[in-house]
Amino acid sequence: MNAFTEKVNKIDRRDAKLGMAHFYVAFIGLFLGGMAGLLQTLVRSGQFTLPAGIGYYQLLTLHGVVLALVMTTFFIMGFQFMAVSRTAGTLTNKQRKTAWVGFWLMTIGTVMAAVMILLSEASVLYTFYAPLQAHALFYVGLTLVIVGSWTGGGAIIMAYVGWRKKHPGQPSPLLTFMALVNTLMWIVATIGVASTVLFQLLPWSLGLVERVDVAISRTLFWYFGHPLVYFWLLPAYMAWYVIVPKIIGGKIFSDSLARLSFILFLLFSIPVGLHHQLVEPGIDPAWKFLQVILTFMVIVPSLMTAFSLFATFETFGRSQGATGLFGWLKKLPWGDARFLIPFIGMLSFIPGGAGGIINASNQMNQVVHNTIWVTGHFHLTVATAVILTFFGISYWLIPHLTGRILTKAMNKLAILQGILWAIGMTFMSGAMHAAGLLGAPRRSAFSEYGGAAQAAEWIPYQIAQAVGGSILFIAIILVIYIFINLAFFAPKGEEEFPVGEAANTAEKAPMILENWKLWLGIVVLLIAFAYTIPFIDLIENAPIGSKGYKLW
Amino acid sequence: MHIHKFEKIWLIFGVATLLVFLSVIGVSAFYLGNQPPSCLATINPEQVDTQAPFDKPGLNKVEGKEWDYELVFVASAFNYTPGEVEVPLGAKVKVLATTKDVVHGFNVAGTNINMMLEPGYISEFVTTFDKPGEFLIVCNEYCGAGHHLMSSMIKVVE
Ligand code: HEM
Ligand SMILES: [Cu+2]
Ligand SMILES: [Cu+2]
Repeated sequence: MNAFTEKVNKIDRRDAKLGMAHFYVAFIGLFLGGMAGLLQTLVRSGQFTLPAGIGYYQLLTLHGVVLALVMTTFFIMGFQFMAVSRTAGTLTNKQRKTAWVGFWLMTIGTVMAAVMILLSEASVLYTFYAPLQAHALFYVGLTLVIVGSWTGGGAIIMAYVGWRKKHPGQPSPLLTFMALVNTLMWIVATIGVASTVLFQLLPWSLGLVERVDVAISRTLFWYFGHPLVYFWLLPAYMAWYVIVPKIIGGKIFSDSLARLSFILFLLFSIPVGLHHQLVEPGIDPAWKFLQVILTFMVIVPSLMTAFSLFATFETFGRSQGATGLFGWLKKLPWGDARFLIPFIGMLSFIPGGAGGIINASNQMNQVVHNTIWVTGHFHLTVATAVILTFFGISYWLIPHLTGRILTKAMNKLAILQGILWAIGMTFMSGAMHAAGLLGAPRRSAFSEYGGAAQAAEWIPYQIAQAVGGSILFIAIILVIYIFINLAFFAPKGEEEFPVGEAANTAEKAPMILENWKLWLGIVVLLIAFAYTIPFIDLIENAPIGSKGYKLW
Repeated sequence: MHIHKFEKIWLIFGVATLLVFLSVIGVSAFYLGNQPPSCLATINPEQVDTQAPFDKPGLNKVEGKEWDYELVFVASAFNYTPGEVEVPLGAKVKVLATTKDVVHGFNVAGTNINMMLEPGYISEFVTTFDKPGEFLIVCNEYCGAGHHLMSSMIKVVE
């Protein structure tokens, strides 16, 4: 294509290359991780043993690291670069170069971590809780992934600042604003995991120090671990708020409220990590409860999001002449994969969110903590709501970047993929939730627990999980097939990068929403409030540290 | 910033529900005492076997406390000591547990006796065993290659 036919709202070719680099890694990760997932469900059914000395926990480490840490981060960085490039303008050479440096750092880090997992030097799962001790290169690899994502985040911040300088007094483009919020949240959050890896685990695995403080390491991990899930979710919300309205032909319900809800997520995602440590010793229950309250604050922006999505759908349906209470549902473009796949994701977020409320509530957590219920929960949220939205994005973004189109046939296949995912996940996640309530533990290979009657009750659910897992794997094959088609083989053409407009363009977003000194100041205050005393307690009462163990 | 009337109603309703919900769990925690296990006591993980009460794993009758028995467990990769224990029906019991090596879980399957065992810390939970039967204890935090083989059994007998 020559410069002549290029339209203003088409992403620059050099930026497109940057995006595709991220997506290649993400989809390779998806395939490997999906394969591991399938094998896990088969092992757990009790009908299958892993060949050739592969360990179950080695596989599970691969699954968690590759899907939860690598695939998501690469997809999100790629998507955010493209969203910024599309709405705030082509990246400058300096920004693009910075982004590439970030990409290569993350890629090298990923390869290092993956090699250590494959060599069975790092079967510590994706949470790498001390005092299980992985090979130092595993920690170095993870550090590079984080540092790379900071570098990429730097490029996004530079692009935002550049835009604001050129447009004084104007609110930034909505997608750019959202990408920035997610980047800022990510940087603040990853400080926790970077601290434990760099200052505790790495020196300890290198033998420079003998012992590690386990409770502090876990608390730093979970300071990061909860915002991690919002780092996954907010890009999906970007699509739900801004892109899906355009796809259906409607409008964004309210630009300002969308921004406000992102700011609320920024404030309330981080000072809440203790809700993952509710049943741990060494932390005062009053502080746990305080963070539980802060956790529930995200219900406010979540309700705002749900309202605005369905308001967009209903307003659009009625503008097409729909009548009655639910007539507008019929007007939605059900045959369009770009809409349907994220929509299935939205639906799955309803039980997913409800499960999250259960998990985070002080007392009920004790019933489900570390049971397979939790795994069922996050396969609804991240592995359905988020990932299906990412697939939905890919079905127009990949062809947009490669100068191809999503054909009718591929659209059909994509719809089939979404439906298979919904069916497979209903089986797998449903059975995980049910078995979890009966007490079945997560992160566990098949076991009859010495013939215990209770454990025997779990086995039928594990078989149901394997059925679900197999259906999900077929869906993953379809995704990969569609991805390869869109990247290399689909007919040339122009696929739109849909960006919605606000219903009320006259209303300008209040500039206070872009006052980062204010918002980051509040973020820091909230974190200090929620964490200072628990950390002082942990340090003052610290028991003797732990030596490393390699128990696999 | 304009907020649609319906959205206001929706948010007010949502926030009110949230406040009720938080009050319920707050009252349950601070007034009824249903706090998650959060023991602050520490221990040297390398000398667990010689320190009370972990020098006597199993069920021990105690006097003059709010509970009748202490049920003491020591966890290490990949087993619990004791591997099986009988508890009289209706007994009010303080469960105390710790680990000698890595992090382990301690979940009496299908109940709310569920706590993390971390090296250097003691975990405890007070409960009443008011249902007879066999209750499986599983390790529900990954601890190594034998993690799924790590279990114990509580038999609640009349
Ligand atoms: C083919 C699709 C998938 C299947 C069959 C599958 C299956 C499973 C199973 C059976 C487990 C639990 C194993 C255990 O606790 O012993 C698991 C854990 C997990 N899965 Fe998936 N999964 C799939 C897709 C995904 C996706 C797309 C993501 C993330 C985006 C994901 C993220 C995770 C994470 C983070 C864990 C927890 C690992 C841990 O506990 O250390 N999975 N998966
Ligand atoms: Cu969380
Ligand atoms: Cu274990």
